[in-house]
Parts: sequence; structure tokens; C-alpha cells
Amino acid sequence: MPAAAKEPVQPILEVRDLRTHFDTDAGVVRAVDGVSFHVMPGETLGLVGESGSGKSVTALSIMRLLQDQSRIAGGSILFCGRDIVTMDAEQIRALRGDQMAMVFQDPMTSLNPVLRIARQLVETMVIHGRRDRNSALGHAVQLLGRMGITAPERAVDSYPHQFSGGMRQRVMLAMGFSNEPALLLADEPTTALDVTIQAQILDLLRELNTDFGAAVILISHDLGVIANVCSRVVVMYAGEVVEEGPTEALLSDPKHPYTWALLNAVPRLDRYIPGQRRLTTIEGMPPDSHQWPRGCRFAARCPFRVEACTEHPELLPVGPTRHSRCWVTQTGQSLPKPALPLVAPAAVKKVPAADREVMLEIKGLIKHFPVPKQNFFAPREAVHAVDGVDLIVRKGETVGLVGESGCGKSTLARLIVRIHEPDAGLIKFTGHDITHASAAEMRPLRRRIQMIFQDPYASLNPRMMVRDILAEPIRFHGLTDDEAGTQRRVEELLGLVGLSSTTAAKYPHEFSGGQRQRISIARALAVTPDLIVADEPISSLDVNIQAQIINLLIDLQERLHLTYLFIAHDLAVVRYISDRVVVLYLGKVMEIAPAEALFDRPLHPYTRSLISAVPIPDAAIERMRQRIHLQGEPPSALNPPSGCRFRTRCPMAAARCAAEEPVLHEYRPDHWAACHFTERV
Amino acid sequence: MLRYLTSRIVATFVMALLATLIVFLIVSLVPGDPVLSQLGDMAASNPEIVKAYRAKWGLDLPLYEQYWIFLTRLLNGDLGISITSQRPVMADIAQYAPATIELGTIAFILSVVIGVPFGIAAAVARDSWIDHSARFISLIGVSSPVFWLAFIMLTVFYGWLQIAPGPGRLDPIDLPPPRVTGAFLIDSALASRWDLLHTAVAHLVLPSIVLCAATLGLITRTTRASMLDTLGQDYVRVARAKGLRERAVIVAHALPNALIPVVTLGGLAYANLLTGTVMTETIFSWPGLGLYTFRSALALDIPAIMGMTLVFAFVYLLINLLVDLSYAVLDPRVLKR
Repeated sequence: MPAAAKEPVQPILEVRDLRTHFDTDAGVVRAVDGVSFHVMPGETLGLVGESGSGKSVTALSIMRLLQDQSRIAGGSILFCGRDIVTMDAEQIRALRGDQMAMVFQDPMTSLNPVLRIARQLVETMVIHGRRDRNSALGHAVQLLGRMGITAPERAVDSYPHQFSGGMRQRVMLAMGFSNEPALLLADEPTTALDVTIQAQILDLLRELNTDFGAAVILISHDLGVIANVCSRVVVMYAGEVVEEGPTEALLSDPKHPYTWALLNAVPRLDRYIPGQRRLTTIEGMPPDSHQWPRGCRFAARCPFRVEACTEHPELLPVGPTRHSRCWVTQTGQSLPKPALPLVAPAAVKKVPAADREVMLEIKGLIKHFPVPKQNFFAPREAVHAVDGVDLIVRKGETVGLVGESGCGKSTLARLIVRIHEPDAGLIKFTGHDITHASAAEMRPLRRRIQMIFQDPYASLNPRMMVRDILAEPIRFHGLTDDEAGTQRRVEELLGLVGLSSTTAAKYPHEFSGGQRQRISIARALAVTPDLIVADEPISSLDVNIQAQIINLLIDLQERLHLTYLFIAHDLAVVRYISDRVVVLYLGKVMEIAPAEALFDRPLHPYTRSLISAVPIPDAAIERMRQRIHLQGEPPSALNPPSGCRFRTRCPMAAARCAAEEPVLHEYRPDHWAACHFTERV
Repeated sequence: MLRYLTSRIVATFVMALLATLIVFLIVSLVPGDPVLSQLGDMAASNPEIVKAYRAKWGLDLPLYEQYWIFLTRLLNGDLGISITSQRPVMADIAQYAPATIELGTIAFILSVVIGVPFGIAAAVARDSWIDHSARFISLIGVSSPVFWLAFIMLTVFYGWLQIAPGPGRLDPIDLPPPRVTGAFLIDSALASRWDLLHTAVAHLVLPSIVLCAATLGLITRTTRASMLDTLGQDYVRVARAKGLRERAVIVAHALPNALIPVVTLGGLAYANLLTGTVMTETIFSWPGLGLYTFRSALALDIPAIMGMTLVFAFVYLLINLLVDLSYAVLDPRVLKR
């Protein structure tokens, strides 16, 4: 360990050749297969990899919180010099939550719903004998305040369901830091949160690392998050560490092709190349965990592989502070920047926007969801989900829809495909008024508007074969003359989304998430639609799969002249794929502009803070960035603020913003914003 | 909290009123003329007698008037006169109910006290011998028909081994204790008749085992499934990550969550035990509501049938109300709005 040799300080955690195996019916899965790394006191270490790479299992092994069927099969985990692997249950219990704490991914499910916050915080301190009940309660209040929770005295008496996801993650952090541990493991702590809240939590995590001096292992699939927090990174692939090094060097000059692929699969907000229409993706999927390949585990997908790759490489130094498990970079050479063909935008994109045919027109669209009355005489309240939205989508373009969760993105999508009935306003699809079209009137139009859903696991019927999933809409709309024609069309569709025709006889559970999303796309395409409404179609996928799906969507658009309404919370992806972008906040449009203008010269303060909250996978840039932090969380859509809805969180809000609602105005050609002070942004 | 309580109570009253209407309508509309079954062939062939009989019981009035009379009397605790026993139905019910409540409650307590810990242990020690035996016992319990189990129990423990007393609430030579509540366990204890208490307990053993078998199986199984589900939740892992001892993780973190569905089922099961005793009471000659219902149904004793149906409906409503109210204590999310 070169880093340890220079430092006289001992590492706080040293994982040596850790092997964690799962016993399954199909054999032993070597989920973690010889992982070694160390963490210095107070250090922030990032652990990166796609799902199935073994990063979470490594963390659970360190905490000895593995499920029943998994076991540590070898290696050692030295924590302050003591081996965690050989500790008995009582010794490891005394360590957990005391010197070693863990924060998990989903704050919505991590707090016990039937116990008060106070109780859940206090027991952590009391069980380890750090404090008595009274002083623990005082400390809990103090910690919650430190975590940025307003009125912590009241908060401790609440139950978890009274808090939002971001607040709950703050409670989880308070719990993690309550005994001032020497090591905190955070497993994807911000993945379930909005970018604005993510930025707040990451800031907090950095501050806590400085204040408490606790070492942090941050597990994430998002290199931007890692760049934001960590000083050193360990990259995992197929149960092994494939690269290790200081964040800045590793992200700017990756020495392992997998790191290289991860970096280039993510579209970057700060590095948009006009004309770039494809992301770099690596082929295939991670190897079968029941039987890792004999040679380099990444070789099958590696664009740089050489003959030596049939032999398994060791994790060897590639520079003073860096290690890589790769034959190619052993000689010290760097991996080249990806050569991407800069495709000219499809012909349709060249036609000036205003001249293109209007496909979808929305005016003053309103949808309120009534909530149960407080009591019999109380006025009826409603969630103002979509509250007066105007929008035009032209033929052949991609309109991106962004905003925090609860801003009405999904409701708007559902209104357009008429899953919901609007309360007021107008929806016109290619000239037909479908605002209040009946189910029978909608039926022929449904062929022309299709939807792709977020969760590829829930949106395919598990009892239907792929063949039937794709054939059903074709048969229903009578698009083919006979059954043979339908089957030909099914094969054609599978080819279109890059699946082989042999998959037709399989059931959805036999596919990975990315493949399922391809099936969803094929299903939407089955009826040759004009408009596709995609509601977060890539947000549950790994980055490389995301890139593949984005490429597929762009490909299909060029070949089939599709029009997309693309909903996503990932701004970099939206920028990459969209021609125009709509920013929603609490059911209202804040800004509409061509993607380039919106990201380069945003007019609305909300757009600006959203962009500023996105972490960029470059440590140097992350350090330099001036952030405009959005404080707090969006107000309740039950009773939205008067005037401008954003004023309660806006850094520029003035008296006028409360009194007068700004109208959506065209400040520049095709660039609309709803703000009184656009000239000041 | 208060809003939740009032809303549940009001809802219960509305449902109770609906229950009276439905019971009344069903009894009025189903075929089977009580006059013919009560008067016998000779009298029924005489139109004068039939007419007088109808007038006497108000059966010639329009339906809504009959309902109104029924409702006002019901509010005064008057369920009418049983045609077979010629006594107020209310008095009959008061006489038979304690035996059933005693049996049903004992069976319920048995199934909860055994089933819940058994289910928890089975879930915590998954795939161990405890788990397997829990599964075996609940399978037997759920799948044995009451009449079969009752006869097997009587044959083995009363007939062959002679360690259990025969049918009935007491031995034939015993006189019941002075009536206070009607439940022999309580009454004999109040009268300090320990010998009687002993006999009463002995007589309860077989019928309560028979009655609770199915419920015990159901509760064990539900507790196990619910506990397993809860143990897999993120907050349980968080509790372990805090360094809590396994006992505290299970008792303080998992159990309160796991019990929520068990309470729902338990309420329903208790109502079923109180109202579903017909077979057990018949076999064990247990003078309770089940037996009474059975006899009334045979005799087409309409007032008694109406009375019993209403009592059973009210039992369900009351227990459901209690379950709803217990949610308020068990699950803070219920009071969210």
C-alpha cells in the first residue's frame, strides 16, 4: 500500500482479500471475490460500480449485516487493527452504530414507521452506553438541528411518515453520526432523492466529514456524486477492484477500460458537444456471477482488449498513488478519448421549429386531485398537480420535461395520454381536441400516442410472453392482415430494439432491466405511433444501460420520425436528448427554451439552481463550482404560495413576487420564462 | 385522533342501522311462511285462524310499518317473542350467550397466546424444527373439519383414555353456580366453588381445542408471514446496524409492525369464533347461541332468527370497531389525515 507507507498514520479500515459468497440453488455466487482496499482516518473514499458489482455486499460485509444465505468465505477486515470477520456476534454488535455506522439508500423505508423519531435516535446512543436517556434526547435535538431540520424540538416527537425523503435522510445521518463514529458507510444515500435535495445532503455529508473527522465510504453509481465528495475512489467490477486512485486523477485519466466506459457513458452537462448524437456504450452485460471468466472479467466487453487479456490481471500500480487491474494500461499509457461520430442532425431537425407541424398543443391545462376532507364542514382541498400549463410539441422534436418530484411531470404525461381527465384547459393532438374525449373517441388515437413507463419490472405483464406483449396492440388495432403478418411484425419490432427474434417465446422475468425497457419500447412502437411520452424511461437503469437506451431512442427517432415528450429528473440526459426543455415547478411552467439556450443562458432562477445542483464527474470542476443552493424543499401543492410559486425558495424573491404572479413571457426568440427579474439572472 | 375515533364510531352506527334493514328485508322476503310452520296443517287450513295469527304478530301490516315497529322495539331491547320458546328473544339470548362467549373467548385466547409466539419463533428461526412444526400444526389445524376433530377428540380423550369429561358444561350431577355473569368460570370463582371451577375448566378443554384449531393455524401462519416480511424490511436492517441486540431488534422494531395484520385477522377470527360455534356446540351439547340458532332455524322461528342474525352482525361490527381503534394505537400512519 503505497499511500499507507508514506503516512505514519495507520488505516482505520483495511479490507484484505475479502471474499463474500452467496449460496444459491444454482451454485455459489462469488459476489465479492478478493477485494482489498483501505481507508485512512477522516478520509472520504468512493466505491463505484454498477449493480451486481459487489459494492453493497462489500459494505454489508464490513458491517457484518449480510443476509442468511450469504457468508464471508475468506479474507480479513481490519477495523482499528481488529479483524471484523472473526469477531463474535456480541463484539461486532458493540461496534455497529458506535464506531462504525451505516446510512442506507432508501430513506423512505429505513425508519421504523411505528416509532417516534426521538425513540429511534435515542436508542442508538443509549444502547452503546454513551449517554443516558435524557442527555441522549437533548443530543438528538441538537443533532437534528445540525442536520438542517427546522424546529428539531418538534421534529423528535414526530413519526417518520410526517417527513419527506430528504428530511428522513437527514434523520438517518443524525442517527449515523450520533455516536461520532470513526467510520460511516453511506450506500447510495442520495440516489432516491431529487438533485436539489441531493446537493443539500452531499454538502452536509462533506461538512460532517470535516466536523466529526469520521472517515466516509460513499457507495454510488454516480461518478458526479463521488467527484463531489470523495478524495479517493475504488472502482469495482464483477466482484473485484479494477481500479483505485485519487478522484481527480482517476476521473480525468482513467486507467481501466471499465472506468473509462463508466465515465463516457454519462452525458455531461458541462461538456455538451453540438452534433454528438450517440453516447459511448460498452457492449453486453457483466459476466455471470456463478462462474466468472478465467481471464480479465471485463475483456468480453472491452474495446481495448489485447491477447494478454485471456489471463487474469492483478491489481498493480500504475503510477505513484494508483492501481489498475488491466494489461493494456500496465505500460503507463492512457486510454484514448472516445472517437464519436458527429452525426449531422436528422433532416427533420433542420426545418425551422416554427414551420414544423404542431403535433400536440396544450393550453391552460389544469388537474387538481381532491384530498379527503378534514371534517364534514371543512372546505374541500385539492393537490394542484398541474395548474395551468401551456405547451406546444412539434412533429419530430424531442421536448424534455424536468422538475423536482411532485412538480406535476408525471401528471402532465398522464393527462396527455388521457389516463387522467383534465379539470380545465385544452389538449389538441394533431388538430383533434382530446381534452374530454371519451374512451371510444380516444381509442383510434391511442395508436398514435404511446407511453413508455419508468419501471420496466412493473410495466410488463409477467404472465405474458414477449410475443403476446408485442402482438396484443397490433391485433387490437387490426394493423396486420393475418396472424403470420403479426408474427412477422413482432420479429421486426424485436430487431428494431436490438433483441433477437428468439426472445419472442420468453417471459419478462427472463430479461434484465435494460432488456425489459427495450421490450417496453418495442411495445410502444408496435402500433407505429407518432408521439411517444416517455416517463423517466431510464432512471432505474445502470449508466451503461442508460446510454444504450438513450442511443436506441435517438436512433429510432431518426429512423421512424418519432416525436418524444421525454420526462426525466437527470438534467444531463435531458440536455443531451432534447431539442427543447420545459421546466416545471409546483404544477406551473417556469421556463421553456431550446435545450442549448436553457442550459447555457437560463432565465429563471429555478432553472439555474437546478442546473447548479447537478454534480459533474470531475473533481477539479466540482471544487471550483459556484453553487446556488436551493434551501428547503418544495412547498405543499395543497396550498401553493401566492404570486410566483417559486418565491419561497428563490434567492431573488422580492415583495412583488408574492403579490403578482409572473406570466410566461418570450424574452428571447423561442425562450420563455415566468419571472419578474429575468434580466438579473 | 378524536376525528378518527368519531368517524369510526359514526360509521359503525350507520352500518348497524343498515344491518337491521337488511336482516328485516331478508326475513320478510325469503320464502317459508312462519304461519304455516307454526300452526300445523290443521290450523293452517282454517283461514280464520291464519288471519287472527297474522294480526296477532303484525304480519298483515305494510312492510315499512313492520320495519318501523321492529326498529323502535329493537331500540328498547325488544327482539320479540320467540315462537318456539314463547319467551322474549332477548331473554333467550341473555341465557345462552354467556356459554358461547365463554367458549369462544377461551378458544380465542388459546389461539392468540399459542399462535402469536409460535409464529414469531417460526419466522425468527426460519427453516428450523420450530418453523417446520409450526407449519405442520397450522396445516393440521386449518385443514381438519370441526366435526371430524370433535369426534376424534371425544373418542380418544373421553372414550378411550377417559381423561376428559363428556359433553356439557358441567358433569350431569353438578348444579350450576349462582348466576352472576353466566360464565361458569367466573361465577364459580365468585362463589368460591373451586370444585365447580375445576369441573368447568375440564369441560372447556376439548370444545375449546376443537374450536380454536382452525384459528390457531391461521394466526400462526399469518404471524409467521407478517414477521418474515417485517424482518426483511430496511428499518430492521437499520436497527441491526445501530448495534441493537437481536432481542431488541425483534421485540421493539419488528414486532409492532408485524402485529398490525395479525390484529386485523385476530379481530375477524374472534368474531368468527363467537358466531361460528354451531357445530362445536351441537357436538358437545354446549347450551350456547350456536345451539339456539340451530334449533330456531329448524323451527323457522323468525323472531329468534332475526335476533340472532342481528346479534351476530353487531358482534362483527363491534369487533371491527375495536380493531379500527387499536390501529390508532398500533400504527401512527392511520391518523395521518
